[in-house]
Amino acid sequence: MELIWEGIKEAINLLVSGDPEVWEITLLSLKVSGLATLISLSIGLPLGTWLALSRFRGRQFSLSIINTGMALPPVVVGLWVSIFLWRSGPFGSLGLIYTPAAIVIAQTIIAAPVVTGLTAATLQQLDPRLQLQLLGLGASRTQMILALWREARLPLLAALMAAFGAVISEVGASMMVGGNIRHQTRVLTTATVLETSRGQFAMAIALGFILLFLAYVVNLSLTWIQQRGAK
Amino acid sequence: MPHNKFLQLVLYVLLILAIGLTACTNEPTQVEPVIILATTTSTRDSGLLDVLVPDFEEKTGYSVKTVAVGTGQALEMGKSGNADLLFVHAPPSEKEFMDGGYGSERYLVMHNDFVIIGPADDPAGIKGVPAAAEALFKIAVSGAPFISRGDDSGTHKKEKALWETVDVSPQGNWYLESGQGMAATLTIASEKQAYALTDRATYLHNFNTLDLKILMEGDPVLLNIYHVIIVNPEKWPDVNEQGARAFAEYLVSPETQEMIGEYGVEMFGQPLFFPDADKTDADLGLE
Amino acid sequence: MDAPVLEVHDLCVKRDDRVILQAEHLQVYRGEVLAVIGPNGAGKSTLLLVLSRLLTPDRGQIQFNGQSVYELNEVVYRRKIGLVLQNPLLLNSSVFDNVATGLRFRRLPGNEVKRRADTWLNNLGIAHLRRQRAGTLSGGEAQRVSLARAFAIQPQVLLLDEPFSALDAPTRARLIEDFHELLAATSITTVFVTHDLDQALYLGDRVAVLLDGRLCQVGPPQEVFSAPANPDVAAFVGVETVIAGQVVSSQGGQIGIQADVLQLEAVGEVVVGREVFACLRPEDITLLPCGERAGSDPSPKSSARNRVAGHIKRMIPHGPLVKVVIECGFPVVALITRSSANEMELEEGSPILASFKASAVHLIPR
Repeated sequence: MELIWEGIKEAINLLVSGDPEVWEITLLSLKVSGLATLISLSIGLPLGTWLALSRFRGRQFSLSIINTGMALPPVVVGLWVSIFLWRSGPFGSLGLIYTPAAIVIAQTIIAAPVVTGLTAATLQQLDPRLQLQLLGLGASRTQMILALWREARLPLLAALMAAFGAVISEVGASMMVGGNIRHQTRVLTTATVLETSRGQFAMAIALGFILLFLAYVVNLSLTWIQQRGAK
Repeated sequence: MPHNKFLQLVLYVLLILAIGLTACTNEPTQVEPVIILATTTSTRDSGLLDVLVPDFEEKTGYSVKTVAVGTGQALEMGKSGNADLLFVHAPPSEKEFMDGGYGSERYLVMHNDFVIIGPADDPAGIKGVPAAAEALFKIAVSGAPFISRGDDSGTHKKEKALWETVDVSPQGNWYLESGQGMAATLTIASEKQAYALTDRATYLHNFNTLDLKILMEGDPVLLNIYHVIIVNPEKWPDVNEQGARAFAEYLVSPETQEMIGEYGVEMFGQPLFFPDADKTDADLGLE
Repeated sequence: MDAPVLEVHDLCVKRDDRVILQAEHLQVYRGEVLAVIGPNGAGKSTLLLVLSRLLTPDRGQIQFNGQSVYELNEVVYRRKIGLVLQNPLLLNSSVFDNVATGLRFRRLPGNEVKRRADTWLNNLGIAHLRRQRAGTLSGGEAQRVSLARAFAIQPQVLLLDEPFSALDAPTRARLIEDFHELLAATSITTVFVTHDLDQALYLGDRVAVLLDGRLCQVGPPQEVFSAPANPDVAAFVGVETVIAGQVVSSQGGQIGIQADVLQLEAVGEVVVGREVFACLRPEDITLLPCGERAGSDPSPKSSARNRVAGHIKRMIPHGPLVKVVIECGFPVVALITRSSANEMELEEGSPILASFKASAVHLIPR
């Protein structure tokens, strides 16, 4: 019990006092995971739309691959990204390993299938005749796709939130490709692991609270948007 | 608020139930077969425990759960009674631990040594420098990257102590803190072509995958001394004292000491650890 | 009617190697309402998709104002037409936004979008729903929004697929009434698909009959209904009596037909010896009781030149009417009111005389 109270007290202290390291770690987490989510969106939204709307051989197969990708374990992603980015690896010369960019890459690989798969599933649930109706009202293909996205905006937003939630809370890949280097690649999850291993449980709990709080804010805004959309 | 009071009540009831249940299931048994061993990642990464633990289990019938964490967490596990014994290498912190009454007995087991490794071209020019602290000072002055565990582990504590002797508080772009175990930190050092302080065992064990050389060794201050500590059963009656004692005695027994002395010779051409059960702390320059 | 706005030549659409739509020639004239009728699955919706270039036919030409639509940019062409599918398929936004959809696709300036959308919200009597979300509308309201959305585009051709079929009867009747007025007021060229003959008769300037993927007949409603091009069309448009026979005399527009043992009279110009179908609509047949003394009693003088004797095989109630199937060597179907059936004390098995004018007989060459 004492441990929990200490943790809560210290968490509040750290947040209220604006501890620069906690802020740095939190901001880096938000930046890295936010960027990874945005890149996943720019890949997953068009790709998912294409998979949902086009008809070609191997489409079902592609969808099943994407759906498997939605459950990619972060440590597996971390391992492979490491192998590729190590100096001995094919992209070693880029010098990306143990940089925030490496974490962004790994998290994008985790989040992109989530956005892709959920986008495809969402658009497949729309009435297929809606496409014909929109084209019949004079939409260009681009306008039709934009209208479909607009029509499915709430589930698409939920997909985005799911992707963000997946990457901000993953630890395996960030640890492996980022290296948890202080002031450089230390994010909330890896810092939590570190503080736990140092026996600094109070600090670990404080960081955990920040993670929870971020998850809460994300969900709150999602709920708010859904409420607004339902009006 | 009445609501809060209600919650508190619920929590108490749950707590009492939980204690009751634990009491019921914890009926006195003859021999508790499971021992929880808290040790450091560098001990695990050296591979020594992979040899000793199965041997011990075979000889005694105990089952050892090895939890490899940072020294800081290992000591915390001991303080909170979450481990039965500790196998660690941070003498000053261990002393505090014993002074706090958290451990009942502590034995010297073995030592290995720390070395400073770095890129072969040695940009800071530490090769041939006799004193470890001086070597670190040269690295700091040169601005070549140095990677620290930064995790309050025994290795990290040793490193911090060295910085203190030369009055440097390391910070800046060149000083990186990985916050990870020794092997992971060595990988990062290799990728970043950085200097690092490491125990010889972990370095040798990972030698093949690393693009790093030993640049500084042999300073007596770099000895890395391992003790085994039995967590004080007076503080935590749940501690499996019998099992802990069995493992501690196993570690200091002549046969085990011989095994420790031979470990690594076959693979690396040199021993990774030096058995010390017959020595005292003073022999190794402690206290 | 001047030059056709849309003209289809030699159209053929296949699905899985099966022909699902075939039309040799179809024209849609400026300002007319062409009602395409046919049973479900006859290829009507396919025709609309082809006309709106959402489905590419396996063969055939479609000309828009004399130019092949396949030479036009697809989007440019589709923006000249407006398509309304069977279900309203509204977007999850306000009624106003839905009506503005097509206008925004065309990147019209905001004030023009607002003006036109508001005009058509008014025209369809749904201005009060302007801010309501589409998901909260009733079926009839949603269909009105769907129509307003298409009208607001002011397309050169409006294509509608069964726009009223999903509505309950009173709602449908009111909407059809309003729709009729709007078509008359705007004189917008319209192709309108339905399986309902009444709607086709009421709304269509001309009627095209699609049966089993084939365009069988195109013409003014009275022509299609009174002079179906073949027995299938006849059956579909409600001609229930079709008698096979041969022309045995033709003089001054009067034609004698030998059908089995019977002699029928018809009007028209058909050469002697020609095999024909004689078609009769049930409402054109008059029934006369012939009592016990049937055959001996000279029938009253009448302008109905044809008279056949038989007995009632079945009587099927049909709202206020009764459909009477008479066996006279071939089935003849008559439609009479319930009260006349009662007065004549008709019942299954009774002997009866069926009479019809020569001009009611429509001949289709066999």
